[in-house]
Amino acid sequence: MWTWFFQLASPKWVYQFANKLLPWFRAATVILFLVGLAYGLLYSPMDYQQGNTVRIMYIHVPAAFLSMFVYVLMAISGGIGYIWRIKMAHIVSVSCAPIGAILTLLALFTGAIWGLPTWGTFWQWDARLTSYLILFFLYLGFMALHSAFDDRKTADRAAAVLALVGLVNIPIIHFSVEWWNSLHQGATISKFEKPSMDVDMLKALLTMIVAFQVYFFTVLLQRVKAEILQREKLSSWVRKLVIDQ
Amino acid sequence: MNSQIFSLIKREISVVLRSRSEFVYPLAFFVIVTSLFPLAVTPDPNQLAFIAPGVIWVAALLSILLSLNGFYQADYEEGGLEQLLLSGVSGSSIVVAKSVANWFVTGLPLVIVAPLIGVSFNVDAHSNWIAMVSLLLGTPSICFIGSIGMCLTLGLRNGGVLLTLLVLPLFIPVLIFGASAVGAASIGVNYSGQLAILGALLIFSIMVAPFAGAAAMKISID
Repeated sequence: MWTWFFQLASPKWVYQFANKLLPWFRAATVILFLVGLAYGLLYSPMDYQQGNTVRIMYIHVPAAFLSMFVYVLMAISGGIGYIWRIKMAHIVSVSCAPIGAILTLLALFTGAIWGLPTWGTFWQWDARLTSYLILFFLYLGFMALHSAFDDRKTADRAAAVLALVGLVNIPIIHFSVEWWNSLHQGATISKFEKPSMDVDMLKALLTMIVAFQVYFFTVLLQRVKAEILQREKLSSWVRKLVIDQ
Repeated sequence: MNSQIFSLIKREISVVLRSRSEFVYPLAFFVIVTSLFPLAVTPDPNQLAFIAPGVIWVAALLSILLSLNGFYQADYEEGGLEQLLLSGVSGSSIVVAKSVANWFVTGLPLVIVAPLIGVSFNVDAHSNWIAMVSLLLGTPSICFIGSIGMCLTLGLRNGGVLLTLLVLPLFIPVLIFGASAVGAASIGVNYSGQLAILGALLIFSIMVAPFAGAAAMKISID
């Protein structure tokens, strides 16, 4: 058990492990997206008020949920890298940032197209939307700070500190709909209560959430692999790998 | 420990006061930026009173942002910061001292000048008073939060632009509650909630910023 855990800190081992995992994750992503999209777009019922517009939710909610998850992952792995000086943790943290930024942008964008027919506006400066926009800026700041340093180790550590400071924003986003009178609706799915939505909609939404999650891990593994190759380009195993191919 | 922080604060303030011009810059910036708005938006007194809280708060944020560089960059480049760390002073007390000094030299003058700007923007006396209180509670948090970003960008070539990208998102909560307290006061609604949150943000930033800033400073220096 512990040896397996410690192996996670070795870039070479992670590279090989990612190679083994990737085909499964790719296949699972394709299947889950096909099922989820078909279910969500074709077989789930229309909303009695919003009509077909409600189907934007099947992209919006998973993207929004995932972008916060990615931020937490990025900050925690950055923190692990900062405290224990583990190279692999920084690699994961740095690889998370662009994916998270894109997901945030996707959620903002889908939210805007959903907002126009439903709220009558693309954008509203309320608590949920504003705090979520800050999340996007935090991702941008993380990437900008990381690319500003010439020395990679310094960049990793500085970006990790920024990610940890920005972690404050995550609970604000989550609770913003409860703390302020927001135009954005509250959480529909909760661990403790019965969900306040149609069962078919819920099934489609949950499938899409899992699909996004698996998609994220696929892309993350891919990015981690690329990052490892770039950072370890002088090591013998990477050279051997390149020569063999 | 305490006397150490006090002597650090004294050092920072005397360094700034000896080059008098530098400490006037942020204040001049604040006055000039706010006076651009009546020229650019509208000279109509009612509309000016309406936009005043936002204008004053944004200008205050930006002028503190501009002042941060003076407290760290010269010390970093001359090696003073490194010497302080080598002499056993903890990074967090340096951050505390610099933030407190920064507030005394930049934040406090802004708080004092803000009512004048308010009067020129046709803000009524009560809201002007609340604007002062909100700035009094909010500007120290800005100094503390800004110091984190400043420590992260020490010694970078394009540090200034990056600094704005890093810390402005973190300033947003302070800005929202600061400006909305003044806005609420001007329409006669209860504003104590906003002021309480500003106070909470201040406590939180005093708790977090010294440690995050010290960690960032150590990264930038070694």
